[in-house]
Amino acid sequence: MRVSLFVPCFVDQLTPQVGLATAKVLKRLGHAVEFRSAQTCCGQPSFNSGQWDVAREGALRTIEVFRGAEVVVGPSGSCVAMIKKFYPELLKDTPHLAAAEDLAARTFEFSEFLVNKLGVTDVGAKFAKKVTYHDGCHALRELRLKEEPRQLLRAVKGLELIESEEGESCCGFGGLFSAKFPMISTAMVQVKGGALARTGADFVVSSDPSCLLQIGGWLSREGKPILPLHIAEVLAHDA
Amino acid sequence: MSDAKQIFIKDATLNAADGDQRAFIRKALGGYYVNRDLQKARYRDWERARDAASLAKWTAVNDLANQLEKFTANFERNGGVVHWARDSAEARAIILKIAADVNAKAIVKSKCMTSEEIHLNDALEKAGYGVVESDLGEFIQQLRGEAPYHFVFPCMHVKREAISELFTKHLGTAPTDSPEELTMIARRHLRQLYVDADIGITGANFLVAETGQISITENEGNARLTAALPRIHIALSGIEKVVNRLDDLAVLLPMLATAGAGQPMTCYNTLYAGPRKPGECDGPEQFHLVLLDNARTRLLADPEQRDALHCIRCGACLNVCPIFKNIGGLAYGTTYQGPIGSVITPHLRGLKQWNHLSSASSLCGACTDACPVRIDLHHHLLHNRRNAMKQSPSLFDRAFHAGFGFVMKRPTLFGLGGKVFRATLPLLKKLPLPYMSAWLKTRDLPAAPAQSFREQWKDSDHG
Repeated sequence: MRVSLFVPCFVDQLTPQVGLATAKVLKRLGHAVEFRSAQTCCGQPSFNSGQWDVAREGALRTIEVFRGAEVVVGPSGSCVAMIKKFYPELLKDTPHLAAAEDLAARTFEFSEFLVNKLGVTDVGAKFAKKVTYHDGCHALRELRLKEEPRQLLRAVKGLELIESEEGESCCGFGGLFSAKFPMISTAMVQVKGGALARTGADFVVSSDPSCLLQIGGWLSREGKPILPLHIAEVLAHDA
Repeated sequence: MSDAKQIFIKDATLNAADGDQRAFIRKALGGYYVNRDLQKARYRDWERARDAASLAKWTAVNDLANQLEKFTANFERNGGVVHWARDSAEARAIILKIAADVNAKAIVKSKCMTSEEIHLNDALEKAGYGVVESDLGEFIQQLRGEAPYHFVFPCMHVKREAISELFTKHLGTAPTDSPEELTMIARRHLRQLYVDADIGITGANFLVAETGQISITENEGNARLTAALPRIHIALSGIEKVVNRLDDLAVLLPMLATAGAGQPMTCYNTLYAGPRKPGECDGPEQFHLVLLDNARTRLLADPEQRDALHCIRCGACLNVCPIFKNIGGLAYGTTYQGPIGSVITPHLRGLKQWNHLSSASSLCGACTDACPVRIDLHHHLLHNRRNAMKQSPSLFDRAFHAGFGFVMKRPTLFGLGGKVFRATLPLLKKLPLPYMSAWLKTRDLPAAPAQSFREQWKDSDHG
């Protein structure tokens, strides 16, 4: 299969290793991977801020960028939810609805693509560490992905998966919410980050790099001995 | 910034920093989660029950005018009197007039959030009536001079010792740390008040159109006494509380109890149909029902958010909301707290003043999953944000997103901008920039990589 990578804008700029790891796993499974460099941001920050005109332009651009792509795979539950769930809502009263729905049907979150589209759970990864998993809210509640990432992690050689308390609690990122209401956002990550740290895991793994920015940022500030890691980075690990 | 927003930011900031209080609320809800899940497991299929409950409310709300007519005709046939109130002021005036007409002096009131919405106690007290809350939690909040913290658990934030002190101060009772004894103190105090009251005011959980009955759900038996002992019963309800059929309660009553309080059924579920009839030994002489609009028809006119009128005020969305759990109920400054409050308050009281509640959410969606009548709560927060931006955009937001949109349309500029951003990040972290400095106050940002993904990517490696 020819996979077109959908790389969230902040992954592009701040955590490029997540995009590279995603490509590495897909290639290892025998798929061709392309990156269409005209892509920028899916428009979610504007959508969540009520600026639907700006978001709509982002949606139309993204639809154009991925025109003709066989499948589009992104390492972010949040950005993929934007395409799959919110593009059709943004464009529902326009002539572009069909194109939005067409892209939505071809777009997959990384773990969703591996488990539900390819039917693969063992990607040949080795990672002899203790990890705990954080469900990003968009993956969990917009895309209904809960078991998929866990199935992938359980198949990693040497990996021990420990569930945390507050398993389904939000980390408090919420995009610009984290900076517009920093006191509430921080209280939320205290609850979440505290529970993750108490598991004694070496890494907190998630399918959402934005949650990891929030959780990792707080864990680092508090000096907690647990590091953020994207699931693609775990699955890319084979030595 | 609206006044309401300024107060919200101040209170939310204070409360979010109060680790002890946050832990107390979390602990108070701990038992609820266990019981709720136990009770949900007793349903053959909770999700299908949600469908049925949602359909029952959808059917009534989408035929509201007809169902209200049917309900009021049946209610009056039972001997009750219906009053229509367009807004809070009209509702207060109606209730004050009834009180004057019957020469009332003392009033007892059971739990009724709609009465909080219209600020009824203030109006009654100003007019010289004594009014006492008969629900234990509301009674405690009344003594504290504080609004309900949670619309189902009004005093969940108050510790036992504080209640004991409160009773000592106001009722002259000996200090105790026994919940049973505290309940008995309130009970002894309230008993005589029911007997002395001329008017009992209640809310209504459901208005049954086909029978003209009102359904009231409670755990303490106080609403029964409030409705039955005084010679006049006034019920106050929003117009959206209608259900078409008595059978609808078969799904709505247990779901209200399970979703709201983790109970199989609430202890007392009573249907009231009219005043005392000739030959009956108890019940009020008059039974009035005040039906309140107060901008509910404005919400009804919005097909996108009309389902917010399905709300049965169970409080499940508050119980799972990380915002509610961390800032507490009082910070909202609204009658209805939590996700449902953030959705409907802008409709009831103005979007410009109250949109900040819709913004103060990470959109995690836990509320929507918890709602027994499937209100699309967290997406409605997005709808409110969009509507607010159309109605009165802030210049900063406008400029910020216009700039963002401009860059996002130009991949080369985006790449270049990213490069500059990464190169200057150590410096940017030191500047008092909006958003950035708010983030950095409590969280680190990773060091920027030398090369972005797009700079490192080569298609030839992956073909």
